[in-house]
Amino acid sequence: MGKVLMKGNEAIGEAAIRAGCLNYFAYPITPQSEVAEYLSRRLPEVGGVFLQGESEVAVSYMIFGAAAAGERVFTTSSSPGISLMSEGISYIAGAQCPAVFVNIMRGGPGLGGILPSQADYLQATKSIGHGDFRLLVMAPAGVQEAVEMMMRAFPLAEKYRNPVMILGDGLIGQMMEPVEFRDDLRIEPTNKDEWATNGMDTRGDNRRNLVKSLYLDPDELNNHNLRLKEKYERMKREEVRYEAYRTETDYRVLIVSYGTMSRVCRTAIDLLAEEGLPVAMIRPQTLFPFPEDAVREAAAGKSCRAVASIEMSMGQMLEDVERSVQGKRPVRWYGKCGGDVPTPEEVIAFVRSLID
Amino acid sequence: MGKTFAKPEALSDANTHYCPGCTHGVIHRLVAEVIDELGIRGRTVGIAPVGCAVLAYNYFTFDFQEAAHGRAPAMATGIKRVRPDLMVFTYQGDGDLASIGMGEIIHAANRGEKFTTVFVNNAVYGMTGGQMAPTTMPDQRTTTSPFGRNVEEVGMPIRVAELLAALQTPAYIARQAVIHPKFIKKAKRCLKAAFTYQLENRCFSFVEMISTCPTNWGMTPLQALKWAEETMLPYYPIGELKTPEATPASN
Repeated sequence: MGKVLMKGNEAIGEAAIRAGCLNYFAYPITPQSEVAEYLSRRLPEVGGVFLQGESEVAVSYMIFGAAAAGERVFTTSSSPGISLMSEGISYIAGAQCPAVFVNIMRGGPGLGGILPSQADYLQATKSIGHGDFRLLVMAPAGVQEAVEMMMRAFPLAEKYRNPVMILGDGLIGQMMEPVEFRDDLRIEPTNKDEWATNGMDTRGDNRRNLVKSLYLDPDELNNHNLRLKEKYERMKREEVRYEAYRTETDYRVLIVSYGTMSRVCRTAIDLLAEEGLPVAMIRPQTLFPFPEDAVREAAAGKSCRAVASIEMSMGQMLEDVERSVQGKRPVRWYGKCGGDVPTPEEVIAFVRSLID
Repeated sequence: MGKTFAKPEALSDANTHYCPGCTHGVIHRLVAEVIDELGIRGRTVGIAPVGCAVLAYNYFTFDFQEAAHGRAPAMATGIKRVRPDLMVFTYQGDGDLASIGMGEIIHAANRGEKFTTVFVNNAVYGMTGGQMAPTTMPDQRTTTSPFGRNVEEVGMPIRVAELLAALQTPAYIARQAVIHPKFIKKAKRCLKAAFTYQLENRCFSFVEMISTCPTNWGMTPLQALKWAEETMLPYYPIGELKTPEATPASN
């Protein structure tokens, strides 16, 4: 199959189907309602389940129920809706069920705005809900990459029995780009009989399964959290992904940027190269786990004078960049968080200000 | 002569954590008997609430999920939509269902989700220590209504069965009580009807059980049974409030 021109939100919905996930529960919210609109037509065609829930809170538990029953399931939402789902996400992580959540971010706090933003970085990567847990967070920089991350999200959720989040800014959902759905990326679901509440008859045994997150005994709860921690440590060892751009040059500034913002930075870097100022970029594709080794090593480059965290938020990823650089280079932040994406010219002016 | 009375297969051997005189044990047994009689244990998934019955899964011998407070109907929706062949029921108390989970139960009922809800109404929050519930009776003293429920301030108790029966979507909605053998027999019939409607993929089914909480009511078990009959039953009348057809399956 060749390339088709698709809006990001619709491509995300189609990618889930191509990944073998035919179950979708959602509540409308701008700027990602097209996913639900697309799937309300598309899922019945392929014998799937589409249901519009009464709230994001309820949707997160529909996801929990379906995931616990052993089926691939996902939802999409945007920032305020994700806050409402965060309760359910905590329970899903605690009960160790695989599920995929897509956050097409808009500006905040509160209602904020409906334009693109990366304001939910800390929420997604550090503490989306109560309790000690992490999500595996992937950040696409285009529609094709969003599709490929969706294809990988379901097997990763099953590998770790943990929720996976695709964190895209509003532009990823709203823009149209040529996209190819690659069947070779599809990985069939794992057998979940060991833990899923899919009915004893389904498994052909007389041993019942229990999906829960309650551990009243302090030792049991501590051990449970240690097991969860081991999963997150394994993610750090095995799932870090990033793109290095122009790191082979004698770059004087290292930019760290992701999503739509990284595309603007790429343009700025190309323009600066023409002007004779070499600049490189590390673009995290996974935000948790964060590519801290790659950022630290790139920041330590001999010619590198400064590191810039450029993001559509008020210095959220900055904390991870500073942590990675470990004080070896000055780290500065630049960004906007009202819905406007900074222009290449603004990025260029900022980068120049770091070395002048 | 064979056995005339035995523990249902769907009920485990565990000792329950429920207080003396609590009626959860009676309702658990009724649920287990119905599951045995319908032969559905191997394809049943129960959903435990938050509240006194959070550990209900320890007392049954089939698959169970544990919900967050009030969210059991949304979880049941998720399971039933992706696995319509499974038999799914939620087991919820009045704080869980009638307060924090009101949105979830109303919408699940209105969508006509094909699962069963067992709603235990004992007019009080049990596990958190006897606080006022939406179902607490007028003037009833609780730890958060120490001078009695003031209906001028917090309104009248919510009749959940009537509320759900008012929805236009076909459903089976019943209220029974487990405070006397004659009521318990009726409660069993309604519970079996509710599971049967689900088995036949007919409609959402819901049975409210008027129950007692001697510990949090500050009464002996016998006083509690009497109080439930004299105070609760006139306000929460028992019977089948709604059926999807003219002749209820329980007849």
